[in-house]
Amino acid sequence: MLAAVLCGLLFLLVYGIALFFIQRNLDSEPIVNLAQRRIQDEFFLLAGLYVGNFLTIALAVMLPVDTLSGEISSGIMQTLASKPIARAAIVLGKWLTYWLMTAAYLVFMGGGIVLLMQVLMGFEQSHVGIAFALMLLGATVLLTVSTAGGTRLSTITNGLVAFAFYGVAFIGGWIEQIGTLVRNPAARYIGTAISLVSPVDAMWRRAAYELQPPLMRDLQVTPFSAASVPSAAMIVWTLGFVVAALGLALYWFRRRAL
Amino acid sequence: MSSLAVETESLRKEFGPNVAVADLSLSIERGEVFGFLGPNGAGKTTSLKLLLGLIEPTSGRGTVLGAPIGDRATRAGIGFLPEHFRFHDCLTGRELLRLHGRLYGLRGAGLERRIEDLMARMSLVEAMDRPLRTYSKGMMQRAGLAQALIAAPALVLLDEPTSGLDPLGRVLVRELIEELRSGGTTVFLNSHLLSEVEATCDRVVFVKRGRVVHELSLGQAPESIDVLVRVGAIESTVVEGLGAIGENLKIDGDRIELTIGHRETLPEIARWLVGRGVAVYEIRSRSKTLEEWFLEVMGDDQTPG
Repeated sequence: MLAAVLCGLLFLLVYGIALFFIQRNLDSEPIVNLAQRRIQDEFFLLAGLYVGNFLTIALAVMLPVDTLSGEISSGIMQTLASKPIARAAIVLGKWLTYWLMTAAYLVFMGGGIVLLMQVLMGFEQSHVGIAFALMLLGATVLLTVSTAGGTRLSTITNGLVAFAFYGVAFIGGWIEQIGTLVRNPAARYIGTAISLVSPVDAMWRRAAYELQPPLMRDLQVTPFSAASVPSAAMIVWTLGFVVAALGLALYWFRRRAL
Repeated sequence: MSSLAVETESLRKEFGPNVAVADLSLSIERGEVFGFLGPNGAGKTTSLKLLLGLIEPTSGRGTVLGAPIGDRATRAGIGFLPEHFRFHDCLTGRELLRLHGRLYGLRGAGLERRIEDLMARMSLVEAMDRPLRTYSKGMMQRAGLAQALIAAPALVLLDEPTSGLDPLGRVLVRELIEELRSGGTTVFLNSHLLSEVEATCDRVVFVKRGRVVHELSLGQAPESIDVLVRVGAIESTVVEGLGAIGENLKIDGDRIELTIGHRETLPEIARWLVGRGVAVYEIRSRSKTLEEWFLEVMGDDQTPG
């Protein structure tokens, strides 16, 4: 966790320096129109949040990746599970702790990025709350997948599977985007189907959509714009996905020979 | 309340095609110090895990402290030290015991007092506020013993408790088991150190390929005594007479070896020989050590694990 915070601080430092020089450069140039300036600021904010989201997702995978599998293989779990507590309490306790840490990290990273944009660029974004909630939901998917994997898999295998799960979501998101842009329904449906299997990236695309003004959404001028916007039903699906994955983690751990 | 601390009937555990425990039927009285012996791979640790509910049996049934195996509430009365005790090494000894105490539902000043007492008993007072990563193997093992005893359990399951301990640590464990016995605690001891088992246990069972193959009471008189007799001349009447008193009679030069059932038979042998005018140079008795029992029970088909 400390390493993640230090990496986050390093990113915020680099991001802040970049914004400082961009702002100084913009100040010396002739005044651009307000719409253009707004699009630029949105782009910088989305670029920062994209990295913040990625770092949060990496943390969500890494925090629980070893917690169950490592404690099972080292024998620590034997002393814990032989106490008068339910196995479900062990899984839920760990999951909740890591979820709170992930949420705190997202607020730290996202809040830092938004604050830097406000202080250095004078740009204020009013839809941060809903965007952060969606980003947290995406990270929660991976946190839960990593927790569930830890009940059955070794630490390394679990880490690989969880990152592959994110990789699938990432590729699925791009297939869906490209399918929408080139008006290829087959590609779009494949992308949507992949998002149903791994809805992590869909939450980021919906968060990015929520952060952009209507003009920017229509123009799709940045790589972070969502050509294909995940629906509200996808958010509900993702919530259900988290509940199902957590249920699976509880079931697997209850049955697991320690 | 059942007088038995542990009772199992035909417990069996298979891992795919491998049978770890074939047929475990045990009865352990409350307050008994019970030894569980067998070669590596005999299913001893798997049996312990079955009793703790850490793994589910493939078939069979059992009770621990009167409740079905795995009953959560009953685990409040069970202490467990695994064979290779590990814990998060960032914790101090005190924090380790506090965490385990809380998992047992203990809180407050009572828990803190219990931690202090146990750490003092384990000679870990000076190290109790140091991180576990600075502990030696023996200190870690003693901290593990303390966590097994934190809730003053009615049943303590110890898997190789003297592993990694120096002679002083072993004496401490032996004394501790004696204290537990005095306090009425049932101790289930799984150990390869037969001398430790012999010194502490009331009763032992030998397990082979996941099955109990022999049971031995250590606290009572031995089941048989080997006797060596050295006499001046071995005549047929001497052989016949001793053959009628004991069993497994063997003659080797001027030595006669035989097995008797009771210690009281020894003076009877002496009287019988002297009464017939036989010159007796030596009569020596010896009970089998646990190691000899172990080797005999396990047979020649075992290889070192």
